[in-house]
Amino acid sequence: MRSRARHTIGRPARKIAGFSAAALVRHGLGEATDWPRVWRAHELERSYDVVIVGGGIHGLAAAYYLASRHGITNVAVLEKGYLGGGGSGRNTAIARSNYLTPEGVAFYDRSLKLYENLSAELNFNIMFSQRGHMTLAHNDSSLRTMRWRAEVNKLQGIESEVIGPEEIKRLAPPIDVSADTRFPILGALYHPPGGIIRHDAVVWGYARGADRYGVQLHQQTEVLGIETSGGQVQKVRTSRGDIATKTVLNCTAGWSSLINDMVGVRAPITTSPLQAAVTEPVKPFLDAVVVSGSLHVYVSQTARGELVFGASVDPFAQYSMRGSLDFIEGLAGNVLTLMPGLSKMRLLRQWGGLCDMTPDYSPLMGTTDVDGFLVDIGWGTYGFKAGPVSGEQMAELIATGRTPALIEPFGIGRFLAGRLVGEKGAASVGH
Amino acid sequence: MMHLDCPWCGYRNVSEFGYLGELRERPDPATTTREEWRAYLYLRRNPAGRLEEGWYHRAGCRRYFEAVRDTTDNTVSETRPPTRHPDGHDEGEHATAGDLDVTSVSV
Ligand SMILES: Cc1cc2nc3c(=O)[nH]c(=O)nc-3n(C[C@H](O)[C@H](O)[C@H](O)COP(=O)(O)OP(=O)(O)OC[C@H]3O[C@@H](n4cnc5c(N)ncnc54)[C@H](O)[C@@H]3O)c2cc1C
Ligand SMILES: [Zn+2]
Repeated sequence: MRSRARHTIGRPARKIAGFSAAALVRHGLGEATDWPRVWRAHELERSYDVVIVGGGIHGLAAAYYLASRHGITNVAVLEKGYLGGGGSGRNTAIARSNYLTPEGVAFYDRSLKLYENLSAELNFNIMFSQRGHMTLAHNDSSLRTMRWRAEVNKLQGIESEVIGPEEIKRLAPPIDVSADTRFPILGALYHPPGGIIRHDAVVWGYARGADRYGVQLHQQTEVLGIETSGGQVQKVRTSRGDIATKTVLNCTAGWSSLINDMVGVRAPITTSPLQAAVTEPVKPFLDAVVVSGSLHVYVSQTARGELVFGASVDPFAQYSMRGSLDFIEGLAGNVLTLMPGLSKMRLLRQWGGLCDMTPDYSPLMGTTDVDGFLVDIGWGTYGFKAGPVSGEQMAELIATGRTPALIEPFGIGRFLAGRLVGEKGAASVGH
Repeated sequence: MMHLDCPWCGYRNVSEFGYLGELRERPDPATTTREEWRAYLYLRRNPAGRLEEGWYHRAGCRRYFEAVRDTTDNTVSETRPPTRHPDGHDEGEHATAGDLDVTSVSV
C-alpha cells in the first residue's frame, strides 16, 4: 500500500482494477467502456532506492519481485517508450528449458516452474500452453547434439528425449518427414513441458503486480545519463528530470550497450534485429512448437489460430528494426520445405525486435565493476522465457547483496576469466 | 535490398557479403596477457551510430574490405580496401577466408 501522497500525470487513475469473475461478468454485460486502468502514472520523484532502466519483462519482473518478495517498494521502472515495446512485446513467446549446459538447464527450468504458477500469482491469465516443443535434426551432427541435450536434461529431471520420424509425424502431422526432401528429418528432441505464453499478458501482469505493491512505472521516460562518484552510482539523468539513487539495474536488452556506456562498463554484446511473421488465423491443426536449426525456422500456432514464424537474427549488427522482403522470402521458402501444405496460407504481418547477442548465447546477470550498477542483459533471442527467474534472482541479489547460486555462472566477468557458458547448440535459432 | 559498394566489384546486394563486425586492434599474441586477448576476442563497443567494420565479399571477389556505416539507419558513408587487417596483412594483399575467423559469416 502506498504511504506517500503522489500526483499523477495524464488521465488520473481512479481505481486500480481488482480482477474477479464477478467483475468480468459486470463489465461483460455492460458496455465494456469503463475498464479501470491496470497501472498508474506518477510524477517523477527526486530519489528512489532502486531505479530499473527498461520496462520490458525483465525490468518489470525484477520490480515485482523486489516489492513482493523483499518489501523494497521505493522503486522506479523507467521506460523510454511504452511498457513491453521492446523485445518483450515482439517475441514469439516460446518457453522451454531443454538447454545444453547444466547451468543453463537449471536456470531456465526455474523460470518454467515460475511460469507454471504465474497466472495464479499475478491473478492475470498469461495463457501458458504447455503443448510440447520439438527441435528437428536434419543431419548426424545435430542429432548428436540432441542426444547430448536429452541426457543433460534428463540428469536434471527435465522431460526431454530424442524421437524418430514416425513419432514426429504423429505429434505434428503437417511436417514433411519423407526421405526425399532436401533436408530429410532424422529425429527430434522432444520436450513436452515447453510451449507458448501470451507475452503481452506477462508484461501487463507483472506491471500490474508491481504497481499494486507501490512500484512506480514511468513510461515516456528516457534515461540520458548516469552519474557516479567514487566508483558508486549516485544519480540518473532522465528526459523528465534527475533522480538520486544508489542502485541502477540495466534491463534494456538491445539497447543495453548504450546504458553500460554511461558508466563505462564494457560487455561482449552486439545488437542485431530478429524478425518474425504471422499468418492469418485458421482452425487449430498444429499442436507442438516445431523448430528446425538447419532450415533456420520455427513454427507454432497461437490460441487465435495464427501461425507464428521465427528465424535466426539478421546477418549484421544494427539498431534498426526494419523488416526486409529478403527475410520473409527466405523464411517462407523454409517453412514450405518443412510444411508444404501451408502454401496457400497468407501472411498478415512481419516485424523485428532488437536482440543483445553474446558470444556464448548465455545472458549477463549480476554486479559490475561500478558499485550500484547491475546488469540483467545479453538476452539475445531467448530472454522472454527467462523473465520470471531473472527477475526473482536479480531482486534477491539487490535485496541481499549476495549473488544467488543459480545466476552465479552468468556474471559479466566470465569472458575475461575464460569461463563461457556455451549454449549455441541450444539457442542459435532465435527463441 | 540494401547495397554495399565493394571496392573491387562495385554495388552489390548485401546478401552477397559476409559480416565480420567492428574493427578492433589485435594485440600482439606474443606479448599479450590472457585478459587482453579475451577482451579483444569478446568485448565490443556496439555503438548506435557510426561504426567502422569489416566485410567479406563471399559471393563475389572473396576479398575483405572496410565500411563506415550508421547502425541506426544502415546508411553507408564509405567503403574502402582494408587499412588495418586484423591478421597484419598489408593493405590490398589478397586475404582469403582461411586467414580469418569467419564464424560470424556462416549464418
Ligand atoms: C522476433 C523475436 C522473437 C523472439 N522470440 C523469443 C522466444 O520465442 N522465446 C524467448 O524466450 N525469447 C524470445 N525473444 C527474445 C526476447 O524477446 C527478449 O530477450 C526479451 O524480451 C528481453 O526482455 P527485456 O525486458 O530484457 O528487454 P526489452 O523487452 O527489449 O525491453 C527493454 C526496454 O528498454 C527500453 N529502453 C532502452 N533504452 C532506454 C533508455 N535509455 N531509457 C529508458 N528505457 C530504455 C526499451 O524501450 C525497451 O522497452 C525474441 C525476440 C524477438 C525480437
Ligand atoms: Zn567484391
